[in-house]
Amino acid sequence: MSDTPLISTDGLSVTFRINAGAFKKFDLKAVEGISIDIPKGSFFGIVGESGSGKTTLGRALLKAVDISEGTATYDDGEVEYDLKDLSKVDLFEYRKRAQLIFQDPYAALSPRMTVRDIIAEPLEVMGITKTRTDTDERVREIAAKCRLNLEHLRRFPHAFSGGQRQRISIARALVSGPKFIVADESVAALDVSIQADVLNLLKQIQSEMGLTFMFISHDLSVVAHTCDHVAVMYLGRIVESATTSELFAQPRHPYTKALFSAIPSLDPDDRGTAQKLEGEIPSPTNQPPGCKFHTRCPFAIDICKSTEPKLEKSPDGHAVSCHRWQELLDESAA
Amino acid sequence: MSLLDVENLTLQFRTDEGIITAVDNVSFSLEPGEVMGLVGESGSGKSVTAKSLMKLNPGNAIYSDDTKITLHLDSGPVDVMALRNAREMEVVRGGAVSMIFQEPMASFAPAISIGRQMVEQLLVHSDMNKKQAKDLSIEMLDRVGISDASTRFDQYAFELSGGMRQRAMIAMALSTKPKLLIADEPTTALDVTIQAQVIDLMKDLVTEFNMGIIFITHDLGVVAQTADKVAVMYLGRMVEQGPVREVIRHPHHPYTQGLIAALPKLDDLEAPLVPVPGDIPSPLERPPGCVFHTRCSKIIGDVCKTDVPQWVQTAENHRAACHLCEEGSGA
Repeated sequence: MSDTPLISTDGLSVTFRINAGAFKKFDLKAVEGISIDIPKGSFFGIVGESGSGKTTLGRALLKAVDISEGTATYDDGEVEYDLKDLSKVDLFEYRKRAQLIFQDPYAALSPRMTVRDIIAEPLEVMGITKTRTDTDERVREIAAKCRLNLEHLRRFPHAFSGGQRQRISIARALVSGPKFIVADESVAALDVSIQADVLNLLKQIQSEMGLTFMFISHDLSVVAHTCDHVAVMYLGRIVESATTSELFAQPRHPYTKALFSAIPSLDPDDRGTAQKLEGEIPSPTNQPPGCKFHTRCPFAIDICKSTEPKLEKSPDGHAVSCHRWQELLDESAA
Repeated sequence: MSLLDVENLTLQFRTDEGIITAVDNVSFSLEPGEVMGLVGESGSGKSVTAKSLMKLNPGNAIYSDDTKITLHLDSGPVDVMALRNAREMEVVRGGAVSMIFQEPMASFAPAISIGRQMVEQLLVHSDMNKKQAKDLSIEMLDRVGISDASTRFDQYAFELSGGMRQRAMIAMALSTKPKLLIADEPTTALDVTIQAQVIDLMKDLVTEFNMGIIFITHDLGVVAQTADKVAVMYLGRMVEQGPVREVIRHPHHPYTQGLIAALPKLDDLEAPLVPVPGDIPSPLERPPGCVFHTRCSKIIGDVCKTDVPQWVQTAENHRAACHLCEEGSGA
């Protein structure tokens, strides 16, 4: 890992303009004020419930949606891009370097294309390989990495199981030789027995090819096992961010703690001991004032309802945005 | 007396590619007030098994002759296989048996308000009038924790959040006071925090209504939190059955052991994730012998490839279908 992060954002916001009738328009802030550094070669996890803005953040970094405010830069040592204002030519180049793996391997693959064509398509579209022999060679090489055999390449996606399809999606994302991969809920649609296999494959590919992953998931236990750094999002903001071991050893934000205790325990005698969170995530069109989490937080006091806490970073790199985290930490230690 | 007895359930589908065996000789029973977790990966036949109880499988389904599904109601036993037409089947479709589906958005009609759908089924399954049905529906919505129930009653499915929709689904399923509730992956599409709420709600309702629940899921954590007993299915066959503590702490079948090992565990982050190797075979190419032998790491020889393993009792009410298991001892 070198010193300059691969992706660095400062105050990144994404706003969608919603048309609600002929003259009614309003802005929906899906992601607000995100400042993160994703180090080269890291497995960076983003966790949150649906509606927390984690997918939008991933898409903004891939330039699939526009960045409204703030800055985002990409620097892989060879090239440097300002992601907010990318020229058409640069965007074309950036697409080779940043790729997405989708959630649902059943929807992501065209049923009318053979696996070979699915994997080869990015090469042809991006003009990476010049001849058919080159393309085939590259496809075979990447397919082998993703544990697909030559026999598989001639078939159509319907002949494959969920785990195999996800491996095809991974091969397609990797074929252009990217440096940065956003994996958006890439194992959420898979059975547990297969999920472990795909996670192991992602880890193996990452270390072999020196890639940087942004791993978006709602499942803390999956993130715990794969990522080396985790950021927790709630209603478009990062509420806590730390290395995985630090976050899991000592979660500081009440929301992170609640996410942990909501994971169903495998111990049948450990029922109902968890501290449950009431209510649901508010709509991003109607955000509460102050701390966005105060409507569901069991520890909310008056200041939480009026003032939004800042993301405070301790010297050890553990950042949290909560008015009372220190106090709560001391309390639980006492 | 048990609430439900399923014996030798065998179900095949006639398709263009040939006959597919979806469920192979499955037997189990359920007591009133008991929650059974039905576990397995996609393609294991767990949903098809549950749908058989309501005869909801499509027209190309063929049940074997010795399949016997009996529902014991206050009014006497019902032989589900003998139900022929829609009128006769009302008793298992929304009457004494209700079902909650995985995707609540797909299960509610989008252009009819939640309330009208709830009232409609009450009019079919009970002798209430519209007013009584509406009052009961609002009361049920309130009961499952939907605030402002009388407003929600007039809303449409798209106006509710995912968790709210699943609550409304549960309210609807329970308003006919079923004896048996089938919940097919009811929390899979929900966030963990909402999943925890829905699980709590279902636990409260079991105690209150004293009904039997079949809880279909692929998440063993959810099973550990909700079920009294567990049945594990693989490729249409039941491979292990037993009380939840027994099965999770001392799994005997290599497949159950594999499912537990594949779960990411929070108490040891460094522990490697161990997948169950390979993929579930196509139902068109069902392996002979033990259906799991193609992926099994503990295969003991040709017997696994040729002979179908019989049930072996390993502890009280705990049994597994594996050649490795011997009476009274662990595999």
